[in-house]
Order: sequence, then structure tokens, then C-alpha cells
Amino acid sequence: MFALGLAGLLVRRNLIFILMSIEVMLNAAGLAFVTAGSRWSQPDGQVMFIFVLATAAAEVSVGLALLLRLYQQYRSLDADAASQMRG
Amino acid sequence: MHALFYVAAVVAFLATVRVITCLNAVHALLYLIVSLLSVAIVFYTLGAPFIAALEVIIYSGAIMVLFIFVVMMLNLGATAVDTERTWLKPSMWIGPCILAAILIAEVAFLLSRGSSAAHSGVFVGPKRVGMSLFGTYLIGVELASMLLLAALVAAYHLGARKRERLEIRNVTDTDRTRTAAGRDLVRSGTGGPSRTA
Repeated sequence: MFALGLAGLLVRRNLIFILMSIEVMLNAAGLAFVTAGSRWSQPDGQVMFIFVLATAAAEVSVGLALLLRLYQQYRSLDADAASQMRG
Repeated sequence: MHALFYVAAVVAFLATVRVITCLNAVHALLYLIVSLLSVAIVFYTLGAPFIAALEVIIYSGAIMVLFIFVVMMLNLGATAVDTERTWLKPSMWIGPCILAAILIAEVAFLLSRGSSAAHSGVFVGPKRVGMSLFGTYLIGVELASMLLLAALVAAYHLGARKRERLEIRNVTDTDRTRTAAGRDLVRSGTGGPSRTA
């Protein structure tokens, strides 16, 4: 699943899809944490998943705010449109 | 209970593949929600019911609502109605419906079986998670709270600067129209109240 999210990040140029792929990757990392914690019957994996959840929430809020700014500035969601920003 | 785990994992895999290959943002969001719900069932079968509840509430509740809001904000326009009419064809929503029906069948099976003996992994309850979270990982909790606060401030800042700039532009525009109208504010006004102003 992490590989799928990474592939989506590399393939798509739409910013919304990039953000969704980041979500998928974070989710896969959390799944790995919980699986490891369940394998060794430790609660640390679930604690780490809660941290991953908080990080994902923060990242999505900032990322979507940036996306709205870029859309208002460039009128497109192409990631290449932002590559010549200056100032 | 291994069968439930594998079925949920396959559903998650298929939904994630469809997320990547979907051309439309809203359809990809639908598949992403299905993927998150199936991952929640995977968590439940792994013996982490608290994490499964958190996944449903926060991921497919809060974060997906944020995504949907942004997608709906970007899709405004007169052509949206026509595209929406084409989206309502059965071929569009039949895929997520099938995957979600599989998940609903799994949940119904779990409920009919009773809450016990549903875990293939070792059960780690919410109490141990809470003890560890607020015991050994207390600094991590504080750091996460500061991260969330910083994200809140940053999102507000990024969203609020545009309005400020728009106000500045409006002010300069009105100034320009005033100067274009003859540089006489009293004469370029329409009636009496402008004289007093």
C-alpha cells in the first residue's frame, strides 16, 4: 500500500491526487505500526498510529490551504505550474 | 477470522488502486473513503478496536470532509451541473458500492458472531494504549498538540492573506476609478450625500 501511494505520487500531477497519495502512504505506515504492535502485543504501535493520525491531520490542513492559495493564483491544479514561483 | 482479514485487505488494495487510477477527484475520494474503512476493519481484526474507531472517526470523518470541501470549492461554475449529471450514471457509483457492500457484510458477520473471538492478532485494549500514551509518550503528546496548533495557525494564515490582498486591490481599484472620473470626488458623485462625505 505504501508502494501504491508512492506510485500515485509519482504518476499524478494533480495536486489533489498528490495529497491523497500522501494520505495513503501515511495510512500504510500506520498500518505497519499497528501490525507490528499487534505482533509483539505491545501498545507502542497504536500510540505511534495516534501520532501518525495527528501528523496527517496537520499536514492535510496546511496542504489544502496551500492548494487553495495556488489555485487562486494560477487557476490550475497542475503541480508544474508552481515550479516557477518566485518572491 | 483470517478470512475476514484477507477480504478486508483485498478490498483496501482494490480501492487504493482505483484511487490512483481514477481520473475524477470525487470518485477517487469515494474510493479513498472505502479504502480507509476497510483498513479500519483490518485494524479491528488485528486486535486494535480503539484504533479502528479512530480511523473511522478522524480519517474517513474529518480529513475526508476537508478534502470534499476543497474539491467542492474548486469545482464551482456553471458547467458543474452538466458534469454532475454525467457523474450520476450507474457505472460511476457501482464500484464503491460493491466494495462498501463487502465491508458491510463483514461488519454484519462480526456483529452476528458477537464481539469476542474476532481477533486474529493479540488483543491490545484501549486501556493499555492510554497508559502508554500518557505515560512513556507524554512528550510526544505535547509535541503533537503543538504541531496541531501550528498547523491551525498556518492554515488560518494561508487562508486569510488572500482576503487581505483582495481588500487592498479593491481599495486601489476604487482609487483608480475615482481618479479616472475627473479627480473631483464631489462632482463625480451622484447626489447630495457625497457632498457631506
